[in-house]
Amino acid sequence: MMLTFVAMKTETAQPPHNNGIKAELSSIESAVLTDYKYGFVTDIEADSAPKGLNEDIVRFISAKKNEPEWMLEWRLKAYRHWLKMEEPKWANIKYPPINYQDIIYYSAPKQKINPKNLDEIDPELRRTFEKLGISLDEQKRLSGVAVDAVIDSVSIGTSFKEQLAELGIIFCSMSEAVQEHPELIKKYLSSVVPITDNYFAALNSAVFSDGSFCYIPKGVRCPMELSTYFRINAENTGQFERTLIVAEEGSYVSYLEGCTAPMRDENQLHAAVVELITMDNAEIKYSTVQNWYPGDKEGKGGIYNFVTKRGICKGYNSKISWTQVETGSSITWKYPSVILKGDNSVGEFYSVAVTNNHQQADTGTKMQHLGKNTKSRIVSKGISAGVSNNSYRGLVHVGKNARNARNFSQCDSLLLGDRCGAHTFPYIEVKNKSAIVEHEATTSKIGEDQIFYCNQRGIDTETAVALIVNGFAKEVMNQLPMEFAVEAQKLLAISLEGSVG
Amino acid sequence: MLKIQNLHANVEGKQILKGINLEIKAGEVHAIMGPNGSGKSTLASVLAGRKEYEVTEGTVEFLGRDLLDLDPEERAGEGLFLAFQYPVEIPGLSTTNFIKTAVNEIRKYRGQESLDAVAFLKMMKEKMALMNIDQSLLSRPLNEGFSGGEKKRNEIFQMAMLQPKLAILDETDSGLDIDAIRIVANGVNKLHTKENAVLVVTHYQRLLDYIIPDFVHVLYNGRIVKSGTKELALELEEKGYDFIKNEIDVEEQV
Repeated sequence: MMLTFVAMKTETAQPPHNNGIKAELSSIESAVLTDYKYGFVTDIEADSAPKGLNEDIVRFISAKKNEPEWMLEWRLKAYRHWLKMEEPKWANIKYPPINYQDIIYYSAPKQKINPKNLDEIDPELRRTFEKLGISLDEQKRLSGVAVDAVIDSVSIGTSFKEQLAELGIIFCSMSEAVQEHPELIKKYLSSVVPITDNYFAALNSAVFSDGSFCYIPKGVRCPMELSTYFRINAENTGQFERTLIVAEEGSYVSYLEGCTAPMRDENQLHAAVVELITMDNAEIKYSTVQNWYPGDKEGKGGIYNFVTKRGICKGYNSKISWTQVETGSSITWKYPSVILKGDNSVGEFYSVAVTNNHQQADTGTKMQHLGKNTKSRIVSKGISAGVSNNSYRGLVHVGKNARNARNFSQCDSLLLGDRCGAHTFPYIEVKNKSAIVEHEATTSKIGEDQIFYCNQRGIDTETAVALIVNGFAKEVMNQLPMEFAVEAQKLLAISLEGSVG
Repeated sequence: MLKIQNLHANVEGKQILKGINLEIKAGEVHAIMGPNGSGKSTLASVLAGRKEYEVTEGTVEFLGRDLLDLDPEERAGEGLFLAFQYPVEIPGLSTTNFIKTAVNEIRKYRGQESLDAVAFLKMMKEKMALMNIDQSLLSRPLNEGFSGGEKKRNEIFQMAMLQPKLAILDETDSGLDIDAIRIVANGVNKLHTKENAVLVVTHYQRLLDYIIPDFVHVLYNGRIVKSGTKELALELEEKGYDFIKNEIDVEEQV
């Protein structure tokens, strides 16, 4: 079973002079529509802030959310710190300067009331979900999947909540959590990723408009997959969501995250923060299928995906496992990491990153071994096509008290064609002599002879590439929950269409 | 079924095939023998449609169609199968999944409906019994870590699943011990009917002890220089390729 939580950005009101541009846009969009099938725009009236960022905007967002004073102070502190920071430049990515004053930081669908049930949701939104393949009531009815929908980062509906509540599980939007569970939010929010952690995390802390919160009480095994679905819809908007998951002693949860965006010929910023916390003997499995709009074949448009994801294995024998399938975004900058603080804790990172055309990805992980007998495992599969660049960047750190730490890293790159790049930047810092750290890396190309072999068996080149790529990524795909694995396989094939021959 | 006329082909600008003529009818088994470098594997690759081989002259007709006009996957769809001398490995791709894709792509080409999982497994079980092949081999990634014998058996198993009209075996015996050759040859014989044909490309006569050819052709320097029955293969085995080479070289001098 799966519980889905859907976060979306909606269409903002268009000034009249933009209509021409919009008409032009749609023809561009339709020209490439076959390539990116999630590129539709939903026409929903939205309630949004003016462009730009200053303290008033931060106050505006906080007020919109009806937030308590402490939350506003937290945001302002982040904002003031952000002002003093500089955008990081160390990643192997290139993009023109981002004008942070040209972004809309808050856009919400105009809903008069907070819907109490699915029937109260704007029919236009409901249709959007259907296009996305997540029809709320369908899923609810057919598969027992529970859905929570958030549009423009505002939660618009939740189902199966009662069932979870009986187990003491809290699963709600971040805004709701701030209202309903302030003690938990105060305790855990920014406890893993401090507001001063990095440029994008500080920005997110100042302006995040929603996201999801999940709390699994002691000894509870969450009986269904929980999931969040993010979508950017509005033009000129940034998406800044925040996810926080706390797994108490002996609990378990599997969490899924998916995302899409409409096609725009401008770049849009997405800067999310995800924090995971596991106590003694607890486990969080976090899976992502990231399919933000990657830009067109010439590299125009697409999402800048600057995301900070970090978990802390606080307790003894706890485990955090990240699995990601990254096919979208024009730029991906993200390093889901694990701080292995509890003794005997385990961190895992399984990643498939696909770049095609002009996409750039700089992604990897950080495993920080602090406790004794901690283990980490990194499996990264990078696939590059077109003129794209795909980098793995990872740090394995073993602290001086981390006796008997173990790490195994495997970084494989697959190249399609001869104009793309694959890069590996592994960093290893070991301060305890008992550590065993292994790193393996391979780079291969899809061979003409592999393609010909498939062709000779009646399989055309496009299908052959999909088979070869899925074989290459299999170890990671096997980590995904069943519901996601099939979609992810198709996504790999779609992302690489037209990249060979 | 297959009619090759005056076929010339180049690899990287070098002429390898210099006028091949060959006709194969349904129900026949032909063997092409020849010394190393005579063009045997080139002929197999040209028929299967490998891009690196450029046909400069001649025609090939397969079941009434111009074979050279078709893409490799279309040739497979028309019923041409090549058992590779060196089957490639595809890491992570299960052999079963690969064969299922191949079977259904070929069915699609022929306008037939795809086999669902149940129908496919039923067919696979039948062919596994016929070919005496183990399930565990088919669960493994395609050819990855397979022994030489396992790779060749897998090729013949695929042939059983795809049921081609014309199967070309490119040096299927190379690298196999005598027991493995017998197993592979038995598989080929079981699949041979009046409706299909086999073209065996081999350096040695020994495979032809098990797959009995109706015709044997000797390829030398890009041309078929001698054709005969299976006795010709035995003669070659006895005298070596030198006797052919001498004959031809003398002829050419005259």
